[in-house]
Amino acid sequence: MTETSGQPDVLIVGAGIVGAACALEFVVSGLTVTVVEAAVVGGGATAAGMGHIVVMDDSEAQFQLTNYSEGLWQELAPQLPADCEYLPCGTMWVAADEEEFAEVLRKHQFYSTRNVPSQILNGPDLAEAEPKLRPGLAGGLLVPGDGVVYAPCVARYLLEEAEKRGARVCARQQVAAIGEGVVTLSDGSSLSAGLVVNAAGTAARTLVPGLDIQPRKGHLLITDRYPGFVRHQLIELGYLKSAHSLTSDSVAFNVQPRLTGQLLIGSSRQYGLEDPAVDYPILSRMLRRAVEYMPELAQVSGIRVWTGFRAATADKLPLIGRAPGFSRVYIASGHEGLGITTALGTAKLLVDQILDRPSAIPREPYLVERNFPPHA
Amino acid sequence: MREAAASVLLTVNGEAIRVKPGVTVAAAILTAGQTAFRTSVSNQPRGALCGMGVCMECRVTINGRAHQKSCQVPCAEGMVIDSE
Repeated sequence: MTETSGQPDVLIVGAGIVGAACALEFVVSGLTVTVVEAAVVGGGATAAGMGHIVVMDDSEAQFQLTNYSEGLWQELAPQLPADCEYLPCGTMWVAADEEEFAEVLRKHQFYSTRNVPSQILNGPDLAEAEPKLRPGLAGGLLVPGDGVVYAPCVARYLLEEAEKRGARVCARQQVAAIGEGVVTLSDGSSLSAGLVVNAAGTAARTLVPGLDIQPRKGHLLITDRYPGFVRHQLIELGYLKSAHSLTSDSVAFNVQPRLTGQLLIGSSRQYGLEDPAVDYPILSRMLRRAVEYMPELAQVSGIRVWTGFRAATADKLPLIGRAPGFSRVYIASGHEGLGITTALGTAKLLVDQILDRPSAIPREPYLVERNFPPHA
Repeated sequence: MREAAASVLLTVNGEAIRVKPGVTVAAAILTAGQTAFRTSVSNQPRGALCGMGVCMECRVTINGRAHQKSCQVPCAEGMVIDSE
């Protein structure tokens, strides 16, 4: 492929939701954009994930980016086409015991001091709100501002909006290497641009050597249609214990209602694997965990299982900024399990720093330098 | 009430029906005179097609459990079948 119509200001590698959100933000800010995607729009981690939009509180920086992004999602939601399946169902954090209920109280306090609405439910309140949960749980925390989308269609929508404003999207073009303001495609040809944004998810690390991004494998199962089976995105607070482990495999109860009436059942986390094949022992652990919390899930029909790879960083924050050692290469990757939520905030922060305009939240925690191990 | 030759009594959408032992739920529904087993997402009628548990078109609710492949489930005494 050869560039014939003059080089764009920005060339984005990767048409997942992060690349798509960045593309639209660049074009509405007046820059010209080309997006190069190795496979199809929204086909990688964007399609593999749950599409949960969630405010998180692992760290202040994680809170700020997720909270900022959730606000952007709420602004975008009325414009989304129906196939994006936006569902403002809220998140219900489920506490199994008193120890986890203490986490409900801590979380409520954390959100309250930062003006994020949340509601504490005791055991009976939780049982009434989600009748399919097993009896005897300690309680929960409802965060009503959270929601769910079907992310591949959102990525497509964002790129269509970008294309209406002049962006070009080249699918099925494999990028082999990224250099200063240039990408080399696998057919040997190259594309030049004012700057290159590496939004290639887990593949970002192969295109810009030195990025500390690890693929973290996950499994999901989708069921047939059972409208009303659950009402909120449900996540066990034991998740906080298991998902924090950077080394061992873990599973957590995580069930999501879809607008179609289907249920998405997760979740699993595994490091050090490249094979996308379904891992039946961990799938079995994951589903047993789900049934422990929600016994009737044992009676529902699962229709498909798949895997995906999150782009994980050591500090669980994405990489948003200039690549060290380059002046015309930027990174927008490393979003781990929060890429759908944080894509919109990522796009704002990236374009803000490139255009040297102020940002709504501090940008420093996500800069790429922190992720580069110093050379020996 | 429709009478078949023998002896399993079940209910299809509230109608009591007798079928031979070993007959599938799909056959019982057809015996009850119904060809539309469920309604698709786009509101089209759907019925038993492949008859061998592959096409998923014949799903019905059996004893309160949704999405059962009626062509693969033998009728049992007292079964309650609900199609849409």
